[in-house]
Amino acid sequence: MERTAAGVLTMSAPTLRPPPRPGLTEPAAVRVLLTSVALLFLVAFLFVPLAFIFVEALRQGWGAYVAAINEPGARAAIWLTLLVAALTVPANALFGLTAAWAVTKFDFRGKRLLTTLIDLPFAVSPVVAGLVFVQLFGRRGWFGPWLFEHDIKIIFALPGIVLATIFVSFPFVARELIAVMEASGREEEEAAGLLGANGWQTFMRVTLPNIKWALLSGVILCTARALGEFGAVSVVSGRIRGETTTVPIHVEILYNEYAFQASFAVASLLAVVAVVTLVLQTVVERRSRQTGAGAAEAAVQA
Amino acid sequence: MIDVRNVTRSFGAFHAIRNISLSVPKGQFLALLGPSGSGKTTLLRIIAGLDRADQGAVFIGGRDATAEGARGRNVGFVFQHYALFRHMSVFENVAFGMRVKPRATRPSEARIRARVDELLRLVQLDFLAGRLPSQLSGGQRQRVALARALAVEPAVLLLDEPFGALDAKVRQELRTWLRRLHDEIGLTSVFVTHDQEEALELADRVVVFNGGVIEQDGTPAEVVDHPASPFVATFIGRVNVFHGRIESGKARFGALEVDHPTPEHSEMRAEGYTRPHELDVTREDVGGGLWATLAHASPAGAFVKMDLTGPDGKLLHVEIAREQFDELAVLQGERVYVRPRRMRVFARAEE
Amino acid sequence: MAFTVVYLTAIVLVPLLTLPAKSFADGWGYFWQTVVDPRVVASYRLTVGASFVAALVNGVLGFVVAWVLVRYRFPGRRVIDAMIDLPFALPTAVAGITLTSLYAPTGWFGQYLEPYGIQGVYSPLGITIALIFIGLPFVVRTLQPVIADLDVELEEVATSLGASRWQVVFRVILPYLYPAWLIGFGMAFARAIGEYGSVVFIAGNMPMRTEIASLLIVTKLTQYDYVGAAAVAFVLLILSFILLLTLNALQGWSARRLGY
Repeated sequence: MERTAAGVLTMSAPTLRPPPRPGLTEPAAVRVLLTSVALLFLVAFLFVPLAFIFVEALRQGWGAYVAAINEPGARAAIWLTLLVAALTVPANALFGLTAAWAVTKFDFRGKRLLTTLIDLPFAVSPVVAGLVFVQLFGRRGWFGPWLFEHDIKIIFALPGIVLATIFVSFPFVARELIAVMEASGREEEEAAGLLGANGWQTFMRVTLPNIKWALLSGVILCTARALGEFGAVSVVSGRIRGETTTVPIHVEILYNEYAFQASFAVASLLAVVAVVTLVLQTVVERRSRQTGAGAAEAAVQA
Repeated sequence: MIDVRNVTRSFGAFHAIRNISLSVPKGQFLALLGPSGSGKTTLLRIIAGLDRADQGAVFIGGRDATAEGARGRNVGFVFQHYALFRHMSVFENVAFGMRVKPRATRPSEARIRARVDELLRLVQLDFLAGRLPSQLSGGQRQRVALARALAVEPAVLLLDEPFGALDAKVRQELRTWLRRLHDEIGLTSVFVTHDQEEALELADRVVVFNGGVIEQDGTPAEVVDHPASPFVATFIGRVNVFHGRIESGKARFGALEVDHPTPEHSEMRAEGYTRPHELDVTREDVGGGLWATLAHASPAGAFVKMDLTGPDGKLLHVEIAREQFDELAVLQGERVYVRPRRMRVFARAEE
Repeated sequence: MAFTVVYLTAIVLVPLLTLPAKSFADGWGYFWQTVVDPRVVASYRLTVGASFVAALVNGVLGFVVAWVLVRYRFPGRRVIDAMIDLPFALPTAVAGITLTSLYAPTGWFGQYLEPYGIQGVYSPLGITIALIFIGLPFVVRTLQPVIADLDVELEEVATSLGASRWQVVFRVILPYLYPAWLIGFGMAFARAIGEYGSVVFIAGNMPMRTEIASLLIVTKLTQYDYVGAAAVAFVLLILSFILLLTLNALQGWSARRLGY
């Protein structure tokens, strides 16, 4: 599996080893020490923070928890966030498909450039991502005056948020698909072409079934990122409460107003999404290992 | 030098080795031969200390090494896929064993260099000392692996299908080369192979494995000419099998009849094994054989291999000298008379 | 095909091109003035420094975690393994407020630091802690498959040649893992440099002391210093690219050395 230095981790599945033979592993004391260190590190940095979110959210009881989530500002934020995700994810999925198709099925000059461009958002700070869109569409941006004339609001409004979210989350689907499609090669599609299938048929009947798990995995990651993006949206949205605050920004606002319990209550929604993402990813990984594309990839790596 | 006593090893429900005992005298070149899963590699690894027997003991150089791991046994091991350290040069690979010795027994840098040079010259790779394994061919890599194993002056050399990953020609060359090396150094060596040609060509002594037990233990000649069981007869080389019955002290296979004394006048089934070169081919009926039709004849160096079809469509493989074949002047489809000069008969009880 | 190119250009290339354009909008002089301003330089130092330390911590502990997860057996291993990706899945803002609350003097962790006068929040330490959190999955996930693929025969042959377990690990195994480790370390480093959400709460954002570069950009924006913001962002981007290119080259070199 290829990873660029800027790349995200695609469907990494740590494989299990058979138990080691005596004399070919570390002495028991060392094993215990290393395991303890690892577990301590993970508990402190992963499990405790996760638990803390829920503890804080429910500190004033279930009633307060529900109230915080039902509050109009929170509800508006949830609605906006879902809307953004609903617009972003399909666009990025479509792009991911076409990009992966283009990259793996054709050879052309500048292919390397294309893949580097795809990886770019990972190298860029989210704040910078937001900044560039402000520079394009903000009042003093390149298109600013023209937009102002036509009374189109991009920055400090939904379109800006969607654009920024697309920017930071589009590599996910593309990278997952590229990895899988590169591993499975072109032969099946070539065979289909020789048998008389046109491009669309080949895609629907041959390619798509092979990549469905990678596609799903990419979509899951893309959605999680779209729901949780903070830095870029923060810059681009103007944080107009009730209008352009997404859930992460709402969390920030509450926190800065010292409404800790409410802040964590809303944050816990995102934490639940995160955990669900992890669970779904594990399931998808397991399934993909059993069927076509995953098995092909595993065979290629073997 | 090596003494294996009553070793048993199972993996779950699978019995890899059942109560094997084996002794390897100093300087012998021993082959463990058998099909996959017969237990030969397991035994080799147990001797090396890379695996532990469930029961039994292993003695190396007179010392009980059963409880010791691979590190303390002073054995050299060569893997089928070389297992060279990819990040180290050829020189560093060979020097590895000496470099990891404890401070007290570690030779000086100069001595290490001298020994590595000596070994590389021995395996004829001294000009490649600075290369990385990725820059070598398969045959070269295996020779480096060998040099590396020999560097620490092991008491015993163990090889696990050492030429299995190489192409036929390289395999042949290395076989010859390894035999000559062994004759030069005289190190006790045990190698595992499923290629019987290799075992017969290289070893002083062959041990044939099957299903976790030893079927036969003898010199290559013994194993070929006097197979101790049907399995050995069929596993080693090509063989023709005749089915018949044993009655009143004689084994009858159609028109063939061989003396085969039995304790009582029991009736048993019989199997007769004859090697392709142990069959005579004539134009006339000379008795004690059968008629067969020539299906195909192919030249093989000094011999000609004939595929014949006997009665009931039975296939026969015969090998005769080139001159003989030319004298016979038999064409495809013609009939010839085939008679075994020798036959090993194994009796099977009636079911 | 065409769709791809258009999409990419519109979404990525053009926006990014505005950066250099904007940075120099008010001329080279202003650009230079901005990027060498002491406050800005302090933010670079802090950002790169903290990111480096965090990536290093992740490099060491992440290696231990990867090793333990692949090679040892213990109850709950699968669950723990799935959780490694949490920093990746959890929104940065949530991570930010959580870590701040945990390490504040009254927090679950912070209360143990307080007696020693160690400040967990509003300090470079707090920043580093947050950066460790978000970089955690990188080293672990990059190393796991490589460790799992290690050829047992290498360890066996090294042992038969007389190497102790330590020697096998240091002379045979670790050199193999080096390229992958570099990738993981590099990714953690690069991610940390640009991080905003998880750090901005715990940092306290005191200029010259705990102001990270990404926050500085936002601050300048809110002050309507668009050009200044662009300038700082541009430098940050260049830094990231240099980092990535260096790591890519290093990784390629060591992978070649291993004959991959």
